[in-house]
Amino acid sequence: MTAEVNVTGSLRRRLALILTGGAAVLAVILFVVVRALTSQIAQQEQDNILSASLSSILDSAAIIDGQLQLDFPYASLSMLGTPADDRVFYAIYEDETFLSGYGDLPAPQQLRIDRPEFATHLFNADPVRIATGARTLIGTDGPRVISVSIAQTQDALALRLNGISRNVAILGIGFFVMASALALWAAATTSDQLMRLTTSVTRRGPQDLSPVAKPVPSEMVPLVGSLNTLMARLDQSLTQSEDFIAEAAHRIRTPLATVRAHAEATLQRVENPENRKALHAMIRAIDESSRAAGQLLDHAMVTFRAENLEQVDVDLNELLSELVQRMKPVAEMKDIALTLETEGPALILGDPILLQNALRNLIDNALKYAAAETAVEIRVKTEPTLTIQVLDDGPGFAADEVETLSGRFVRGKDTGNKIGSGLGLTIAQAATEAHGGHLSLINRPEGGACASLHF
Amino acid sequence: MRILAFLILLAAPVGSIAQIWEDRQVFGPEGAAETLRIISSTDTSFFAPIISDYITTYPDTAVEYLVTSTAELDAAFRSSPAQYDVVISSAMDLQLKLANDGFAARLSDIDHPDWAQWRESLFAFTSEPAAIVVNTSALGALPVPNTRQELIELMRAHPDTFAGKIGTYDVRQSGLGYLFATQDARASETFWRLMEVMGSMDAQLYCCSGEMIRDLRSGQLLVAYNVLGSYALAQAQTVSDDGQTLAVILPSEFPTTMMRTALVSQQTAQLQSAANFVTHLIALQSAGDPANFPLPPLSAAPETAGQTTISLNPALMTYLDALKRGTFIKEWENAILQGE
Repeated sequence: MTAEVNVTGSLRRRLALILTGGAAVLAVILFVVVRALTSQIAQQEQDNILSASLSSILDSAAIIDGQLQLDFPYASLSMLGTPADDRVFYAIYEDETFLSGYGDLPAPQQLRIDRPEFATHLFNADPVRIATGARTLIGTDGPRVISVSIAQTQDALALRLNGISRNVAILGIGFFVMASALALWAAATTSDQLMRLTTSVTRRGPQDLSPVAKPVPSEMVPLVGSLNTLMARLDQSLTQSEDFIAEAAHRIRTPLATVRAHAEATLQRVENPENRKALHAMIRAIDESSRAAGQLLDHAMVTFRAENLEQVDVDLNELLSELVQRMKPVAEMKDIALTLETEGPALILGDPILLQNALRNLIDNALKYAAAETAVEIRVKTEPTLTIQVLDDGPGFAADEVETLSGRFVRGKDTGNKIGSGLGLTIAQAATEAHGGHLSLINRPEGGACASLHF
Repeated sequence: MRILAFLILLAAPVGSIAQIWEDRQVFGPEGAAETLRIISSTDTSFFAPIISDYITTYPDTAVEYLVTSTAELDAAFRSSPAQYDVVISSAMDLQLKLANDGFAARLSDIDHPDWAQWRESLFAFTSEPAAIVVNTSALGALPVPNTRQELIELMRAHPDTFAGKIGTYDVRQSGLGYLFATQDARASETFWRLMEVMGSMDAQLYCCSGEMIRDLRSGQLLVAYNVLGSYALAQAQTVSDDGQTLAVILPSEFPTTMMRTALVSQQTAQLQSAANFVTHLIALQSAGDPANFPLPPLSAAPETAGQTTISLNPALMTYLDALKRGTFIKEWENAILQGE
């Protein structure tokens, strides 16, 4: 039975979504940051080479005979050779006067003597990195400032950055895939804990209201705690109502016995057939009520004992033969042959009183519904599992009632005028289930019913 | 007086509309769909087979082949880059500067070794050493010099024999001569001593290899320094009518090797045909069949081991710097123009 539950989303999906989303964001951040860092480093490298080239040109500056000489070495430009064959531009100025190189190369606004200035500009249709430096030479006519700009296109840099970007992208995707796998696994493990709790609660028998004993993660403690409390309260109120029923049955049975005794006594004295008939009906009603009360007490007893099951060795053969002996007189009243067939030792660990109660109810039912001068057989089978069958030649069960007959106070429709409370099969089933077995009701192909207890 | 003449020549506006070509030839069919204008510093005789082969492959293209000196070529192309489709020059420094300044189109489809190209826009297709060429007939009993040092010693020992009979490039006029001189100066101090000695011998200065070889054959020159090996070898193999024989010597201590390069103008209107031409040129170079590629191909480079091939690198622009050039030319003039 699953009651309707309102559902909003899924914890597992939400968890997986948050974690994979986070991983995606982190992967993108990783890509952006690593790419920015490496491009910074690559740019730094280019700047260093430009700076070295620049200083080698500046170092070659000298004033000879009042003339500025700038005999810069071949290496100044050859060190700027790259695998991508980057273009190289330069410009040399003396006190703002263009001396040689590329006159249209952009120069910085403010010149610094102490260290080179770097900038990126678009020159000759290509982005170029420009390093500009200056040096002061003292001539006879005063100081002269020599400034040199050296520029290089960024093809090799772009080529390297593309390579790095590709690698970093692969790294980012790999990170994302691994993080996603981890996220899915984490989500699965988390929801698995919930599933395990659900399974353990679902698998319980209908009578099992004991607290959840399996260890659970700390986050689930409040849930399991309130579940346990709820079940304890439920158990308590169930016990209370069972107690109340048992108490009520007990209270009713005693006055009923008195009433029956009075009715019997009165029957002896009454001559009028009409009155006798009325008294017979009364006695019969009292018997039914008294039996119901007894069954109620039995049921309460079975429920209690099932919860606190006693574990002793019980010989079912012995227990049954004793029962048969005891029920023989009842059978003989209807001329029914009550027989017991055993195969071998039938030992079981359990509560003899419960088992006896269950079997007595089954035999009682068989005797009640079997026709006079028929046979009721009790068979004990040990193979493949221990099974006790009670067979009669009665009308059998109605096909549509087999499933519901073991319910409380449920009685077959064609029970006629037979006395019954509707608790017999319920008791038999509860007692069997307490021993880990189950009750099955089938109709025999040759007619009659077969009630079996399988352990 | 000579300096003044040179200065006037340098100052004269080059690349004007009325360009004076050393040679101008048109190959291919009349009224072809496209006419490639190739501006080159290489003599037509070397390129005629290459162009013929190209036209056989692409029959609806005509080729106009224009020859001028490297320096003039550079100036002409810079002043009107849209007028020319392909630029071929032996002055690697000027060519590299053209590519660096964005005059060359990038041709990414051409499969060429890394060391023989720059920025997928400048492609080397020959490998040619600078040689010392000696007229052995005129030298008589004197030993043939194998290194610069030996040449210096020979000249010092026989100043009267060599006076006025030594030729080399005028580096102020010839782009290739300037390239060879600067690379020599970069490699060794011997270069300056050689220039000093040549200067004291009243060296003759030339604009081009062809004229130097012509004067060698006529006996006007005994020795020419830094002549293009390819031109010299072509001449040396054919013994001249007057019985003069030439010896081509690759200086064994540090031979300077130049690579002829080609580029396609960034502003060409016929990019596909121009690219086809360069691709074809490189393919012919790889095949190396002297019948249709009479220049020394790149693949021949390893045979003359020990050569220092000038590499395609932005450093080539170093000596093109106005300050550097000024300093170098001044030093060179001091060394070689002692008599004036």
